[in-house]
Amino acid sequence: MIGFRTLLYKEVLRFWKVAFQTVGAPVLTALLYLLIFSHVLDAQVQVNNVRYAAFLIPGLVMMSVLQNAFANSSSSLIQSKVMGSVVFILLPPLSYVEFFLAYMIAAVARGLMVGCGVLVVTGWFALDQLAGFQNFLIMPLTMLSGVFYSIHSLPVFWQEVSRFNPVFYMIDGFRFGFFGVSDVAPATSLAVVAASFLAVALTTLSMLRSGYKLRY
Amino acid sequence: MGVAVSIQDVVKRFGSVRALAGVSLEIAEGEFFGLLGPNGAGKTTLISCLAGLVRPDAGRLSVLGCDVHADYREARRRLGVVPQELVFDPFFSVRETLRIQSGYFGIRRNDDWIDEILANLDLTGKADVNMRRLSGGMKRRVLVAQALVHKPPVIVLNEPTAGVDVELRQGLWQFVRRLNEEGHTVILTTHYLEEAEALCGRIAMLKQGRVVALDTTPNLLARFAGHTLNVRLAGTAVLPEALRAAASEHDGYWVFRLGGFDEIESVLGAIRRSGGTIEDLRLTQADLEDVFVGVMHEEIVGALP
Repeated sequence: MIGFRTLLYKEVLRFWKVAFQTVGAPVLTALLYLLIFSHVLDAQVQVNNVRYAAFLIPGLVMMSVLQNAFANSSSSLIQSKVMGSVVFILLPPLSYVEFFLAYMIAAVARGLMVGCGVLVVTGWFALDQLAGFQNFLIMPLTMLSGVFYSIHSLPVFWQEVSRFNPVFYMIDGFRFGFFGVSDVAPATSLAVVAASFLAVALTTLSMLRSGYKLRY
Repeated sequence: MGVAVSIQDVVKRFGSVRALAGVSLEIAEGEFFGLLGPNGAGKTTLISCLAGLVRPDAGRLSVLGCDVHADYREARRRLGVVPQELVFDPFFSVRETLRIQSGYFGIRRNDDWIDEILANLDLTGKADVNMRRLSGGMKRRVLVAQALVHKPPVIVLNEPTAGVDVELRQGLWQFVRRLNEEGHTVILTTHYLEEAEALCGRIAMLKQGRVVALDTTPNLLARFAGHTLNVRLAGTAVLPEALRAAASEHDGYWVFRLGGFDEIESVLGAIRRSGGTIEDLRLTQADLEDVFVGVMHEEIVGALP
């Protein structure tokens, strides 16, 4: 248990020591997206009575969460493998399950930190500049999915393709939390996301168990 | 004394390359054991199998009775490995690195022992310096410290002194020797043969994934090397035909490998009878380097005890 906690602590400390790059930069990037897209589109575009700037925020939050969670575990593992310092975690008596959990929880932690940062900063921006924050925060409105668009604005074929993308369900379900309306039932989104997580987690665990590309 | 490390018929292939072709070794508790061989002989692969970094295709390995696969947690707890490559985690200071490494092995509040290691490796002043700012020799010392945080009964040092200055090398050996005297088993691979000769009680030599020599250091020196007689003849004198087969020429000297001191007499006698005059004569005791070169150039698997 101490081994697992130490690995988790190390993984969190790793990104926290360079928080400017790992948390600050993605928040700033998301804010720039919001500024540019809302500047260009806010006056022209409304999605089901939601202002485009407000519509954009949940998508940006979820996108940042996913990208940073992914970037955390992948960059940590690949960097330490390329640098060779991965031996420091391969030599101790850590099980593959501990390995998996520590990396996953650290990734979730960074994703959540970035997500909260994006939500606060872009929300503040929306409140300040657009006076739509009240609406955005309190009144869940009709929403669709995709980060920057509703999939209903896509040709039928691409709408179908979107439905095979687990990220679509994550964003759709997440937006439902804000606006109360979604493309697919939130329970379906939750189920798809849970099943996807299970599939990815089991694949990862079996790869770690066999030492795939880590122990030769 | 129990068995510290047991290696039985270990085979490992990387594609078409056979890195280990059936290696068996047994190292007793408290030994200072040397693992020698040219580059690519399989030393690092063997150590990696022991540490669980590489999975053998066949064979079994255990550390103090714990199988490195079936009982990997216990085996790894008993083993401290200093890797060959100069690797480090650039995010942390020396002390953080060592605390984290202790935690991986399930040890908290290890600072007393960490301080002792730091002092012994002359790192105390660098404890709070980021790993990135350390020189190569300092990073090497931290690697040694990382391998020791959990006080492993079996210590494996893979080329620990490559690129390290003389002073540190002395200090490091003093420390490792002390650990060995306190009961730790030490396994050392090195390219500095004089180090192995001075430190190791027993030596295995690896060549192309096989053990080609395995004996105590004095026995190896005696069995494969013994003494050599170096003779330089004066002027235009020629070595008698009868001696040619037993001699090799090196730097203007005729070199004879001696089976015993009585052979000196017959060599000198033959030269005298042929009318030659000796200008210079040296009797040298071969060192481990001679043994190594000798072993690597002849196939002596059959000569193993």
